[in-house]
Amino acid sequence: MAAQTGVLPGFRLTLGYTLLYLSLIVLLPVAAVFGKTLELGWGEFVGVVSNPRVLAAYRLSFGAALAAAAIDAVFGLLLAWVLVRYSFPGKRLVDALIDLPFALPTAVAGIALTALYAPNGWLGGWLAALGLKVAFTPLGILVALVFIGIPFVVRTVQPVLEEFEPEFEEAAASLGASRWQVFRHVILPHVLPAAVTGFALAFARAVGEYGSVIFIAGNIPFVSEIAPLLIIGRLEQYDEAGATAIATVMLAASFALLLVINALQAWAARRGGKEQ
Amino acid sequence: MSIEVRHICKRFGAFTALDDVSLAFPDGELVALLGPSGCGKTTLLRVIAGLEQPDSGQVLFDGEDASDTHVRERHVGFVFQHYALFRHMSVFDNVAFGLRMKPRRERPSEAEIRRRVMALLELVQLDWIADRFPSQLSGGQRQRIALARALAVEPKVLLLDEPFGALDAKVRKELRRWLRRLHDELHVTSIFVTHDQEEALEVADRVVLMHRGRVEQVGTPEAVYHHPATPFVYDFLGSVNRFEGRLEATGLRVGESLLPHEAPLPAGEEVVAFARPFELDIVPAESGQGVPARVARILAFGASARVELDGEGEPAQRFEVELPRERCAALALSPGQPVRLVPARLRVFAVRAEP
Repeated sequence: MAAQTGVLPGFRLTLGYTLLYLSLIVLLPVAAVFGKTLELGWGEFVGVVSNPRVLAAYRLSFGAALAAAAIDAVFGLLLAWVLVRYSFPGKRLVDALIDLPFALPTAVAGIALTALYAPNGWLGGWLAALGLKVAFTPLGILVALVFIGIPFVVRTVQPVLEEFEPEFEEAAASLGASRWQVFRHVILPHVLPAAVTGFALAFARAVGEYGSVIFIAGNIPFVSEIAPLLIIGRLEQYDEAGATAIATVMLAASFALLLVINALQAWAARRGGKEQ
Repeated sequence: MSIEVRHICKRFGAFTALDDVSLAFPDGELVALLGPSGCGKTTLLRVIAGLEQPDSGQVLFDGEDASDTHVRERHVGFVFQHYALFRHMSVFDNVAFGLRMKPRRERPSEAEIRRRVMALLELVQLDWIADRFPSQLSGGQRQRIALARALAVEPKVLLLDEPFGALDAKVRKELRRWLRRLHDELHVTSIFVTHDQEEALEVADRVVLMHRGRVEQVGTPEAVYHHPATPFVYDFLGSVNRFEGRLEATGLRVGESLLPHEAPLPAGEEVVAFARPFELDIVPAESGQGVPARVARILAFGASARVELDGEGEPAQRFEVELPRERCAALALSPGQPVRLVPARLRVFAVRAEP
């Protein structure tokens, strides 16, 4: 058995601890959600989750989360790049600012964003003049999700870029590659696995986000109503089983998407030569 | 292509890496930039490549000012100490990189790229590992691939930054000879940076010795080894025995001893004098010639014997003497034995600001 001949001690103990910990902290609450859902019959369950209003909320929640994670992946990469490669006055301040969306209570973020983007807010008034409505539309939800997701990408990509010697870029440039070619063929393959991880984290966070979204969303059924809000709504009506039914579908879908993203990440890492 | 640098200065904060360096590298030569770490040799190489911008001065390629051209347009092949091979690409793709990055109208067909890459891999004798990834190669193989990659774009100049610095001694020696042969085949103007004097003397057509951002001496390996222009060069190129003293009418006064010399310097001058280990002879203590010393260690393997001795001055000095084995045996030396050292030849330098 590998466990007994390996160099690292305590395989059984650490594995046992890991499993117990995961069971208590993650698996148990998740099982409770499924358990509660079982109070509904199959017909009732399908009835709840195939309600057009619920379906619209799913589409919005997952669609906005994917779009926000994609935006974060692109701009997070850019931010990480700037923070790693250049030194400028106030760099530490900017670096600390990145973590702010982590630290801010989400409700505060929601109120701040709403104040900013509402038609009578600083930016909102200005954008309204251009015919662009942000607050109380799906666009507003996207803005909130982009805001809360950005640190995930920056903080996963940053260390990978830091260990990426400028030598590789210099080598590519001396071989005649343009800036874009250097990015496309040398830098991107290297940071892609980390960027995909950051994307997955930002997505996972955005799917479940509640606090910062409800203020700016306006919560108009079929337009800007997210799935977590529907869950809260059911709970307020003491319809716990209905709430967990909606949650179960979200859970399953999130899990499936994260699995796909993980597979994607493994593929990117293989292409990056890490496992060669 | 010939390269010339004129009055190059480069500072990093308070540190002066290059202090008014002017040099010419003739077409087709293999030149070594040699010096201790921090002497500015790598910075000079990077300035020539366009990877570093000098604070002032010019870089000329074939007499034309290239100071303002980007590294992309300089057509230099640059080989890094740690290879800088692209990890996510196979050996083949690494070597093909430069060709594939060319603008579409200049880019050769995929078949032509394949032919050229395989020819280069044959040149570096690694055509059998085209499909492997850099992490699967040894250090020596990686460096040869890095060289093939640099040669793929047919550079007019080849610049190598401590190319063998990260390799073990045996591979280093092999690659050194191989680089020399390769250069004799290709005749592309090449400059390589090294801190290893043996490497520089063995491989290069000419050696540029650098110290504290300045050029100390330029010359063929024989010239710099046998006629060092400064105490630094003497000290840096191989082991050396150092004597400090004052010139007198009859010889060089070192402590109690008087040594013969041929330096055209006036009496009364404070000087340092150097002798290589093979330029010193050991004579019995009773002879009264030369400087006194005490045998510390005798290393008698190989064609010649090396004797390490402790001097008697303060602070304690260490001498090294290389003798034919028979001569060493005839002297019947043993550790602790007092002897005297007589230099057959002394290079004398007036003491200046340098240590």
